[in-house]
Amino acid sequence: MPELVKTRAIPVVLYLIVMYLLVRVSLTGAEAMGYNWQWYRIPDYLFRLTDDGFQWGEISLGLVTTLTLSLQAFLIALAAGLIVALLRLSDLVVGSALAVAFLEFVRNMPLLVLLYLFYYVLGPIFGLDRYAASVLCLGIYHAALVSEIFRAGIQAVSTGQWEAARSIGLSTGQAYRFVVLPQSIKFMLPPMAGEAVHIVKSSAIVSVIAVVELTTTGRNIIADTYLSFEVWFTVAAVYLAITLTLSIFVTFLEKRYAVKS
Amino acid sequence: MAGRRPIIEIRNVDKYFGEFQALNDVSLTIHAGERVVICGPSGSGKSTLLRCINRLEEPSAGRLTVDGIELTGAKDTLRRVRTEVGMVFQQFNLFPHLTVLENLTLGPMRVRRISRSEATERARKYLDRVHIPEQAEKYPSELSGGQQQRVAIARSLCMEPRIMLFDEPTSALDPEMINEVLDVMVELAGSGMTMVCVTHEMGFARKVADTMVFMDEGEIVESSPPDAFFSRPSSKRCRQFLDRILEH
Ligand SMILES: Nc1ncnc2c1ncn2[C@@H]1O[C@H](COP(=O)(O)OP(=O)(O)OP(=O)(O)O)[C@@H](O)[C@H]1O
Ligand SMILES: [Mg+2]
Repeated sequence: MPELVKTRAIPVVLYLIVMYLLVRVSLTGAEAMGYNWQWYRIPDYLFRLTDDGFQWGEISLGLVTTLTLSLQAFLIALAAGLIVALLRLSDLVVGSALAVAFLEFVRNMPLLVLLYLFYYVLGPIFGLDRYAASVLCLGIYHAALVSEIFRAGIQAVSTGQWEAARSIGLSTGQAYRFVVLPQSIKFMLPPMAGEAVHIVKSSAIVSVIAVVELTTTGRNIIADTYLSFEVWFTVAAVYLAITLTLSIFVTFLEKRYAVKS
Repeated sequence: MAGRRPIIEIRNVDKYFGEFQALNDVSLTIHAGERVVICGPSGSGKSTLLRCINRLEEPSAGRLTVDGIELTGAKDTLRRVRTEVGMVFQQFNLFPHLTVLENLTLGPMRVRRISRSEATERARKYLDRVHIPEQAEKYPSELSGGQQQRVAIARSLCMEPRIMLFDEPTSALDPEMINEVLDVMVELAGSGMTMVCVTHEMGFARKVADTMVFMDEGEIVESSPPDAFFSRPSSKRCRQFLDRILEH
């Protein structure tokens, strides 16, 4: 743990300075505008203690939706990304052509347009509701990025490992499973974690089709209350809390894997 | 080796990498139990020939039969042949994420489909055979080069192959570790294993080889018993090569 603190100390300090300046600027700005701060209303949106007992507030519920949505999309991205990477690396001509076509399509499509495609086109055809369309869209979009991470990780394992695996009679699938993939994990972990953070951030886009996650919740609250400064500060802080937690978790994982091999 | 059964038959094999011809009309018959040592200058196609025998490379033309199985592209014959042919690499190529024991049991359990306990027993037997029974629980990175190469030999032996291929098994080793690996190989030769070794260790070659093969520019230039090979090589290229590597 102390090492974790050491390696992160400088970025954290820089980050705090930047945040401080940002807050100062907005505070002075708000003052100049004559903004009426009402921070006392925010905790109610996190949780409430009423006569009926404890209740989660809208922002917390939005956070849960953001997390489930991101997690489900990430799982889809992992599965689809692995398949695309394996196809791309296979000696099946059709397979690798398909993989490349998929990659080029997704990479050259704005995420927003892809989301509209999923919701307005594929949605009615396959009976996807807005939530399902969002999960699939994010999953597919990130599958392209994830597949490149898999590919790089797999290619980072030396060809000698493949030859040794083949020479003891392992099939291609077995060579992947027992020899190559376990060794690529340490190459893939850091960028994969980056992708997890990325997915949480890009999940905010589904607010355009009114899936009620963190960002949509924020917008809805503001529509009712005009507390735009307080709410956006809170929403931003919640996103930061998620992504920073993820980063720290990953640093920890990296350390563990580094020790093992 | 007269009267013995041919176990590897190489007939008119060519191998191209793009335009470049790495093997040129190579023919060689190796009998069961025979020990063949292949030498030749760098780039002469020695590795390529070995790799064709267990199909890590696919010949561009010609025929190759191993233990009666004709090597075609078909997946099942390929795997059958690979389980009969062990290969030891210059760079060891141990699986770094697995312990020594796991390196040795992976093939037997996943390919031969024997139980873990049987595979472990077998692994310990071959670790004994290569004189490192005490290293079973370590990771490859914790071993010396010579120990790693002996683990690699044991890993191949655990598949109980009929043929062992060695591609310069001692060239990546510090001089003081070369003998521990060669000793294991000499013992293996004594057990009657069919062996094809690419090596420039001529002391080892004299001790174990039944046949010496000299390759140059993708061709087999000379193939003869060691006595004749070392005392009166018939080609000039071979004589020059031997003079060069034997002079010190
Ligand atoms: N995958 C490949 N692609 C292109 N050329 C190759 C490939 N493998 C080998 N070659 C070429 O084929 C020739 C023979 O290579 P090979 O590795 O069989 O030689 P070698 O006799 O084993 O040499 P060395 O003693 O250096 O190991 C070399 O010129 C090499 O550059
Ligand atoms: Mg070679």
